Amino acid sequence: MDMIDVEIMLAKVLLIVLMVLQAAPIMAWVERRGAALIQNRLGPNRVGPLGLFQSIADAIKAMFKEDLVPAHVSRFYYLLAPIACLIPAFMTFAVIPMAAPITIEGRSIHFQVADLNVGILYVFAVASLGVFGIIMAGWSSNNKFSLLGSLRSCSQMISYELSLGLSVVALIMVYASVHLGEIVQGQAETLLQLGPIAIPKLGIFVQPLGFLLFLTAVHAETNRLPFDLPEGETEIVAGYHTEYGPMGFSLFMMAEYGNMLTASGLLATLYFGGWQMLPGFAYVHGALGLSGNAHILAGVGLQFLSLLLKVIFFMLLFVWTRWTLPRFRYDQVMDLGWKVMFPLSLVNIFITGALIYLGWI
Amino acid sequence: MSYLPVLILVVIAIALGGAIQILSHVLGPKFPNPMKNSPFECGMPPLGDARHRFSVRFYLVAILFLLFDVEAVFFFPFAVTFREYLGINMFMVLEMAVFVGILLVGYFYVLRKGALEWD
Repeated sequence: MDMIDVEIMLAKVLLIVLMVLQAAPIMAWVERRGAALIQNRLGPNRVGPLGLFQSIADAIKAMFKEDLVPAHVSRFYYLLAPIACLIPAFMTFAVIPMAAPITIEGRSIHFQVADLNVGILYVFAVASLGVFGIIMAGWSSNNKFSLLGSLRSCSQMISYELSLGLSVVALIMVYASVHLGEIVQGQAETLLQLGPIAIPKLGIFVQPLGFLLFLTAVHAETNRLPFDLPEGETEIVAGYHTEYGPMGFSLFMMAEYGNMLTASGLLATLYFGGWQMLPGFAYVHGALGLSGNAHILAGVGLQFLSLLLKVIFFMLLFVWTRWTLPRFRYDQVMDLGWKVMFPLSLVNIFITGALIYLGWI
Repeated sequence: MSYLPVLILVVIAIALGGAIQILSHVLGPKFPNPMKNSPFECGMPPLGDARHRFSVRFYLVAILFLLFDVEAVFFFPFAVTFREYLGINMFMVLEMAVFVGILLVGYFYVLRKGALEWD
């Protein structure tokens, strides 16, 4: 590993850090404007054009507010909990491939921060660490509402992790790999040839049921509505972050939006072809008339843009669901997880196995 | 070596979280009073603390998760090699069907025992 390799690695790490850090303020604005749009009101529109700088103003305000550590909390774990939530949020996006690997002047570059061959398993392993931060926050706050919120959150997350894992098993059977780069490559193959139109072997086409299960489980994993029982305001105030001050709360929100970013990235990568170009982009790429390295780099740019657009779509979907659906009751959440999603994901594996055996996918 | 960037990300996350909390601690004003320091309880004086017993269901769910998740982990190597083995013979597929069968027996036992009922 020479100097340039190190520089490339650091640049990629920096890109991930910036993306996760940007996700929180931008999504906070999108969420508030989106809620306003859906509820037929204006939303924040005073700070900067369209209220775009609202999040910056909020961040500055939160920074200068009293950061109270109440006397009754277990100080060490109370302060550690937001960091413990933040770590997995930063780590998981690292394996998502953002463009096809290229070779420039004999140096091959992978467009993912960590090119791990365990890929999707790494995401599951790290994402489940998020439970520790939440349970730590709930227990150390020494408040009934916090404890109940964290317990609910914890058992909800582990219940849906099961269906999350099993819904991906069927997808892995189709592409015969857990490496995210290879899964994306596999989605470029042709599934059906309808005259001049070739339908690619996208995850959504070969795993429609798996996609629905994954989408639902991911909503539960990120504690988003309709599964935001951990912070059901009407029952348990604000759940596990009841006792937190402005910056502690902001760190939790940052972690939540980081997890949402990873979830959207996974949905795009596993089921919508990841960096595979959107229809029309390949034409643009050809029409640019570039050659050599410029051509390769333009391809990388378009692939990254394709992934980004897909991720943005899913982020907006998260916002849309949040302001459309009401919250479930707790027993309904657990019933859905254990009595509907779990058997359905097993059925999905069987169907996939049978279809592969018949040679259809 | 491919895990080095992950390690760097962890360090950055810890540094960032720590820095934000320290900054906010340093920059914010401090006006503590007894009411602020007591646990939040919907505006009334707190009744007892949070070190209570809670519903046994939460333990049950955690234990069931451990059981089923360990079994689900065995699916992953099977899923990766499924196509490969399908070409050779059906033995592994039948083996897996037996495994899923055992898992389902456990699942229905848990279901009939009412371990997943929330009331």
